[in-house]
Amino acid sequence: MREMIISELSQAVHELAKGFAHYLPRLIVMLIIAGVGWLIAYVVKALVRSILQFIKFDRMAENAGASQMLSKVALPSATELLTRFAFWLTWLGFLLLGASVLGIMGLQEQAASFFLFLPRLFVAMLILFFGVLAAGFSARAALLAAVNANVPSPKLLSLAVRSIIMVFVLSVVFEELGVAEQTMLVAFGIAFGALMLGLAIAFGIGGRNLAQRFLEEKFVRLNKERDEDELSPL
Amino acid sequence: MEEENFLTDDFLRQLIDVGEADILLGLPTHNNAKTIGSIVQTIRNCILRNFPRERAVIINADGGSRDGTQELITGLSISDVRPVAGVYALRTLHAISTQYATSPRNGEALRTILSAAELLRVKACIVISPESEGITSEWISSLIRPVYYEGFDLVAPTYSRHKFDGLLTTNLLYPMVRAVYGARIREAYMSEFGFSGRLASHFLGRNQWRDAIGESGTELRLLLAAVTGGFRICQSFLGKKDPVERRAADLVPTLRQSVGVLFSALESDFAVWSGISGSPEVPTNGEGPALLLEPLRINRKRLWEMFVKGVSELESVFQSILTPTTVSELKRIAALKEEEFNYPAELWVRTVYEFAAAHQKSLINRDHIIQALAPLFRGRVFTFIVENRTGSANEVADNIENLCLEFERLKPYLLDIWKSGE
Repeated sequence: MREMIISELSQAVHELAKGFAHYLPRLIVMLIIAGVGWLIAYVVKALVRSILQFIKFDRMAENAGASQMLSKVALPSATELLTRFAFWLTWLGFLLLGASVLGIMGLQEQAASFFLFLPRLFVAMLILFFGVLAAGFSARAALLAAVNANVPSPKLLSLAVRSIIMVFVLSVVFEELGVAEQTMLVAFGIAFGALMLGLAIAFGIGGRNLAQRFLEEKFVRLNKERDEDELSPL
Repeated sequence: MEEENFLTDDFLRQLIDVGEADILLGLPTHNNAKTIGSIVQTIRNCILRNFPRERAVIINADGGSRDGTQELITGLSISDVRPVAGVYALRTLHAISTQYATSPRNGEALRTILSAAELLRVKACIVISPESEGITSEWISSLIRPVYYEGFDLVAPTYSRHKFDGLLTTNLLYPMVRAVYGARIREAYMSEFGFSGRLASHFLGRNQWRDAIGESGTELRLLLAAVTGGFRICQSFLGKKDPVERRAADLVPTLRQSVGVLFSALESDFAVWSGISGSPEVPTNGEGPALLLEPLRINRKRLWEMFVKGVSELESVFQSILTPTTVSELKRIAALKEEEFNYPAELWVRTVYEFAAAHQKSLINRDHIIQALAPLFRGRVFTFIVENRTGSANEVADNIENLCLEFERLKPYLLDIWKSGE
């Protein structure tokens, strides 16, 4: 009996040692991959930062109004944010690659799906970036045009333009990421419809006087102004 | 001679038929049938009376007229035997018309005229605005003679104008061109002007010109090319200029084709203008420019309101373009009552220079920078009108001169902010 227990125990220890010996090289390989991955991620981080600084990305983000949005939610600058993102993305990729070496079934599947998700994430980020740029540009263009045409409430008009574009961009981004596609589609429809209805009601009922003044200025007072203020700039 | 490639075969054939010419009279047109007849008659009379021995050609570059403008021009050539008002032509006056596009494009029109000048090896060319109904034979002679007989390469016009006509010219273009390029040219944005074949060839060869083909404001580019290229420039007094009817909404396009072109040129001409100081007089033929004082109805309140609204609504845009000091100064004057409002010359000059530097650095979209200048210009116009409301011609001229001196005084500031981002 005693001998049987000792034999079973020694077999278990032997199995454990054998298993440990089997996994130890893989663990070491994983740690090496993680270490090398960290180094590569660090290089990628430096490279991305240099490129973004070279193309004056912060200025672009500032012009598009993205910097103001980031500072409002206490986030670092656009360059710093993208640099950190590149670092963590690269390192996470290496960590998952290292974990797959361990041969754990669940982890391998996760790593595979992560790498499959990367192109979609990249496209979504690209859409978001250019969407924010387009929204900022269009909002400013609307603001300037409204001010120079003496249209009432130029800021409101500019905000409406920015909001419409951002709602559209976000719906495309979520669709690309595959996050709650149906929900986002419905949400976009509701938000866009509500915005248009709101504008129609505001302009038609709430802003009746405003609309009247606008139309009067546009079609009635124009001739009067022509007579009164005909300075030729050149 | 690569310019030949963009000219139509038919136009080239007509130019070959002409051979060579001494004088070219360019008419860029687009649906100008109402005015073009009398302008061509004036040209015809001028050539017959003042340049009867010279080989002259009228070149019409048309932007897709549908009112018979082209036919009116080509129908007025002079055969060498027909007498006109007792004067006999010794040479044929050719009149050639070509349609460079189906819609008007200022740059293309001038390019067509310049290319024709180069191909015909002309000595003197003039370009006449099809809107200049008041044009006389003397105007045309005054633009041709300095080039043809005195060896000048560019003749800019000067006019008698109302003291409040051409306020963008008096408050920005003239003082800035004078301060930055050192050239005292009163009408930097020329509607009529004369130039030599040599200048035409030089201008056609410039790369930046090719980049800007089709854009407006080519006349200003030509003038600046003459200044930076060291060409001989003079001014000719032409007489009274009637104001061109423009709507208030035309200000932004006008700023684009004048101030936008000037700001763009500053970038490419930096090596030249950064070393210029002072502004010598440009030789002027005839009387100096005179200011007319007839009463004029102007809606000052609207100018002030649009300035105040612009400063309040565009604060975020101005923060991207202007220095914090200038923004706070603008906010301070925007808070003043209408009767106390004053946009001082120094602040105006700083504003313009900061806009020019922001344009060079592309701090925001360049067209947005130009658009953002419109409400501030209205504020400056308000102050100029109030300051000169009761002023005599001499007093107004003195005020314009003081503004020019302010632009010259602050030129080092422009250089500082221009270089600051490099």
